[in-house]
Amino acid sequence: METRLRKGDFDLRLAFEAPETGFTAVFGASGCGKTTLLRVIAGLEPGAQGRVSIGGETWMGDGIFLPTHRRMVGYVFQQPSLFVHLNVADNLAFGMRRRHALGIGPTFDHVVDLLGLQAMLQRRVPGLSGGERQRVAIAQALLSNPRLLLMDEPLAALDQGSRLVLLPYLEALQRALDIPVLYVSHALDEVARLTDFMLLLRDGRLLARGPVNDLLTRLDLPLAHGGEAEAVIQARVAVRDAPDHLSELVFSGGRLWVPRVALATGTAVRLRILARDVSLAQQPLFGSSILNSFPVVVSGLADDGPAQVMVRLSAGDAMLLTRVTRRSQRALSITPGSRLYAQVKSVALLA
Amino acid sequence: MSLDLVSPDDLQALSVTLQLAALTTVLLILLGTPLAWWLARTQSRWRAIIEAVVALPLVLPPTVLGFYLLLMMGPNGPLADFSLAFTFGGLVLGSMVYSLPFVVQPLRDSFAAVGEQPLEAAACLGAGPLDRFRSVVLPLARPGYVTAAVLGFAHTLGEFGVVLMIGGNIPGETRVLSIAVYEHVEVLDYARAHLLSAGLLLLSFALLLMVYASGFGRRVTP
Repeated sequence: METRLRKGDFDLRLAFEAPETGFTAVFGASGCGKTTLLRVIAGLEPGAQGRVSIGGETWMGDGIFLPTHRRMVGYVFQQPSLFVHLNVADNLAFGMRRRHALGIGPTFDHVVDLLGLQAMLQRRVPGLSGGERQRVAIAQALLSNPRLLLMDEPLAALDQGSRLVLLPYLEALQRALDIPVLYVSHALDEVARLTDFMLLLRDGRLLARGPVNDLLTRLDLPLAHGGEAEAVIQARVAVRDAPDHLSELVFSGGRLWVPRVALATGTAVRLRILARDVSLAQQPLFGSSILNSFPVVVSGLADDGPAQVMVRLSAGDAMLLTRVTRRSQRALSITPGSRLYAQVKSVALLA
Repeated sequence: MSLDLVSPDDLQALSVTLQLAALTTVLLILLGTPLAWWLARTQSRWRAIIEAVVALPLVLPPTVLGFYLLLMMGPNGPLADFSLAFTFGGLVLGSMVYSLPFVVQPLRDSFAAVGEQPLEAAACLGAGPLDRFRSVVLPLARPGYVTAAVLGFAHTLGEFGVVLMIGGNIPGETRVLSIAVYEHVEVLDYARAHLLSAGLLLLSFALLLMVYASGFGRRVTP
């Protein structure tokens, strides 16, 4: 799709293609045009120009501007927007009833089950908590049989407790859905947990697009320079019940031990490693409390303030980040191509 | 007071009044809906002018309103061909102008309170414009409709000045309760005037009480 939209002093200009399935993150600071982009795709911005086509079907462009209700789009708003005059079941049926004849969507029972809504079908909307409303809103959007699901920071309006309750539902969705999802967020942890592909926006422009971990570890992008700089790596549970109540995970660059996981051997997992939890050494460390250490090759360096540099590391196909002082850089003579050992203090299991 | 105080003439006036109020209310709800919808949502610079016109009957003396309506209905007025002056039809038209703000303003406010978000959500779920109005706006704006209907009806019941100017006092046609009260007072028949006035007072009070006590006047908040 490509689009242009001017609204006051805001100017959105974007062109991109996103994968046909899976969660694609739309990431960027507040006011960079994430929400506006979704509204353009949904047809809620009458002034938009350009072209939007989904799987070969044109919604905008070539003199066509399909009105929103003719676009097979599901939209989950930041503020859950349910119909307060209907109960939960009628809210869910709203879109389903209107689009039922148009295709084979997911079944009512399946979606209700996926989002855990059985117990609240007869309840009225004003009695639901924020998190419950958002679950109903997601189910409502799915039941309208969309070809594309747009989610605009569905967790942003919730308190931390509700966020933690809702995240596993989103992960279940991520595994179950076979339609593309554009997931707007400005929280890196959500992006790392839920999405595979990322569109990085700044001031209404596309700064970069690509697999999430590529963008997280690209030293020319701002993501690799914040305090939360991190990498996501794909791994697999190799031995669930390793000695000492640990589990052994393997990834393309080696193995990692983490406190025992509740996942079957062979399960694919996603790990998040913060730049600040990684240190470098010239030899494998002995006599350290750090359990996880593996060989890495330095694949890039970038300034990160006057005293520090950000170092990008390859371990097999995986990419990691670490921040070291210039003094350490000199002492270890870290340059692109250096072979070193990474020590990882902490690994977070995402899904 | 005994029952023979209620003369057939007064009963007829009551009947004319109720018919006038009911018909006016129904027509105003139908015609006021698109107008109120437009007022609630337009960004047009005409909005301020139309708002002011709609609100005029709130402040103008009814006799001024009636006077201009009479001129318009008169033999040289733009509405002459419909011969509305001193007919029930003319009264309906006059009442619609007179009660317009009492219907349009509550509708406009309730439409505005519905807001943009439920409409956008409904559009994303496949509902077209009319469908959105019927299945989202109407149910959410219901308190506004109840308020508009009751205020429009009750306000038309009490109409006097406009009727006096364009309706006159034709029994069975344009003689309404307020005119009947005025007549009874003029001939010093205070008992009959009192009966009609008290009836009107109680009826109006009961209608308003219905609105406020039932909670219909309050909004459904999310």
